[in-house]
Amino acid sequence: MTREEVYERLNAVFADVFDDDELTVNDETTAADVDGWDSLMHITLIDAVEEEFDFSFDMKTIVKLKNVGEMVDVILEETE
Amino acid sequence: MKELDYPFDSRYIIKKKKSLKRELLAADTKYIDKKIAVLGGSTTHDIAAILELFLLNFGIRAQIYESEYNQFWEDVMFDNPELTEFAPDIIYIHTTNRNITFPKIGMSADEVKSLLDGDYNRFCAMWEKAQNTYHCPIIQNNFEFPTYRILGNSDCVNAAGSVNYINTLNARFAAYAREHKDFYIEDIQYLSASYGLDAWADPLYWHMYKYALSMEAIPTLSYSVACIIKSIYGKNKKALTLDLDNTLWGGIVGDDGPENLAIGPETSMGQVYGEFQEYIKSHKDIGVILTVDSKNDYENAIAGLNHPDSVLHPDDFVVIKANWDPKSKNLADTAAELNLLPESFVFVDDNPAEREIIKAQIPGVAVPEIGEVENYIRAIDHAGYFEVTNLSADDAKRNEMYKANAQRAALEATFSDYGQYLDSLEMTGVIKNFEPVFLDRIAQLTNKSNQFNLTTKRYSRAEIEEVAGSDEYIDLYGKLIDKFGDNGVVSVVIGHKNKDVLDMDLWIMSCRVLKRDMEFAMMDELVAAAKAAGLRKIMGYYYPTAKNNMVRDFYERMGFSKVSEDGEGNTTWEFNLTDEYTNQNSHIKVNAVNQ
Repeated sequence: MTREEVYERLNAVFADVFDDDELTVNDETTAADVDGWDSLMHITLIDAVEEEFDFSFDMKTIVKLKNVGEMVDVILEETE
Repeated sequence: MKELDYPFDSRYIIKKKKSLKRELLAADTKYIDKKIAVLGGSTTHDIAAILELFLLNFGIRAQIYESEYNQFWEDVMFDNPELTEFAPDIIYIHTTNRNITFPKIGMSADEVKSLLDGDYNRFCAMWEKAQNTYHCPIIQNNFEFPTYRILGNSDCVNAAGSVNYINTLNARFAAYAREHKDFYIEDIQYLSASYGLDAWADPLYWHMYKYALSMEAIPTLSYSVACIIKSIYGKNKKALTLDLDNTLWGGIVGDDGPENLAIGPETSMGQVYGEFQEYIKSHKDIGVILTVDSKNDYENAIAGLNHPDSVLHPDDFVVIKANWDPKSKNLADTAAELNLLPESFVFVDDNPAEREIIKAQIPGVAVPEIGEVENYIRAIDHAGYFEVTNLSADDAKRNEMYKANAQRAALEATFSDYGQYLDSLEMTGVIKNFEPVFLDRIAQLTNKSNQFNLTTKRYSRAEIEEVAGSDEYIDLYGKLIDKFGDNGVVSVVIGHKNKDVLDMDLWIMSCRVLKRDMEFAMMDELVAAAKAAGLRKIMGYYYPTAKNNMVRDFYERMGFSKVSEDGEGNTTWEFNLTDEYTNQNSHIKVNAVNQ
């Protein structure tokens, strides 16, 4: 899967979770940039990403994620 | 909304919770509004959010109060202006084995017992404080098993074993629930076992987010709470409508002949249908009405049900529709005959095409995807259609009552004069102030009656008790007996005194005694009671809902005059007590001495 393909699917996940069809994210996006992305919605988001890409984050990975770009790195690694 | 009907896709619900909520709130549904306090021993955010979705799907719009993380006990035990102002209709206390103290290996039985007393008393004090402060039903979940067992299999035997500890504590919670009204256990010991304990709780979720359950298990938990709440508010299903061929037995009775059906202990296939029939039959004991809706010649359907190994017999069913009409027509006719709403029905049929027709033709009917015969029971059972919160003596008799109704209808057809027919029923009524033995039934009736209900005000058991014990109210229940049987408590009126006026809070009657003049008998007694209390006027109120159109002109029929009507159709009525009053009922003998 290419980075672009990951983003295509990831944007759909973000749109579902935050109920906003216009929403798109990129490597630099952080929680501060998205309306409603608080610590509780973060849990929903992680779960939805796991479902979409069919893998589970482990704890040490989740605690280190700083932005969407790092999340995409993990997704690419896990789905290789 | 099918996404929220059992069996649901948990991950889909979690992901789409925002848009699902938006769609539900935009739908043209007449919701009842309830305030629900969720007090948790862990992060309850998603539990509450998803509970809200399931409740909306059951027609209940919840406003939710959530305790701060792990403040369930403090929230109740100490002054809490926020919760007091919120005034919850229901309190749900969500705690898990993360919130109790497990014994240490090596502790003596006495030490374990005092530890257990400590945990139990802490909860007990909280329930009592909550009940005394908020006077509302409480739902408390019991505990799931621990994730590990130091003692292995002995953990359930040894006094200091964690499994033994959970078992004992849960038994005490259950004992408390047996002895207390308006207190309900959500059995997560069962839920988590059924779900799979290892999948139920995910240590990652606990340590990362203080979620005591894994995300995917949350909808299962919330659905179960929603089932209890909808049951408390009378939104359970009431009837099971069943297909026959390949649903209640294997084979097609018209083609194969009754002697060749798979039913009974002789074969595996016969056994599996037999077990399903046992399961269906048990529903009679909890007051669920059974009916048949089958494409068959009537004689063949009856011959099948008279199979010597059939567990269900023709007289287990209140209505049997076996003909070649569309099943949707049969179901609609059955609902009309029983004075029930179509949405009170669960339709069980092995044929997906028939299920689709019912879904498309009669919205609101529950149509479970039952799969293959070996899975029928699970598909129906886990859906929680008939969640039991109060099992009254009337429930077990409901099928008989509905059947007696059918006999009355047959008798009615033989009389040309309706009054003569009523007299032939030899009706006697008991109409009195609320009495302790009937408080359960009265509360149940206030939550179940939708059609013959002037104000659609719901009462909890605690509120009914309060009304019964206060001089500020005139409260009457009505029981109706006739030659076919005892209908039980079928009508309730409550009015509160406002100087010399009686303001009617509630007037309800069960639809099973429509057109029996019971409402006139109630009116006669109400007038007598109000006059005896020195009142001069009764004020009646009608608030329209989607379901209570049948009583729009009720007060007019009772002899009230209309005072006002607003733009939404709410009407106010008055009845002057200073005039001479002649009793309006002449067919029911009320409060006869020799009863």
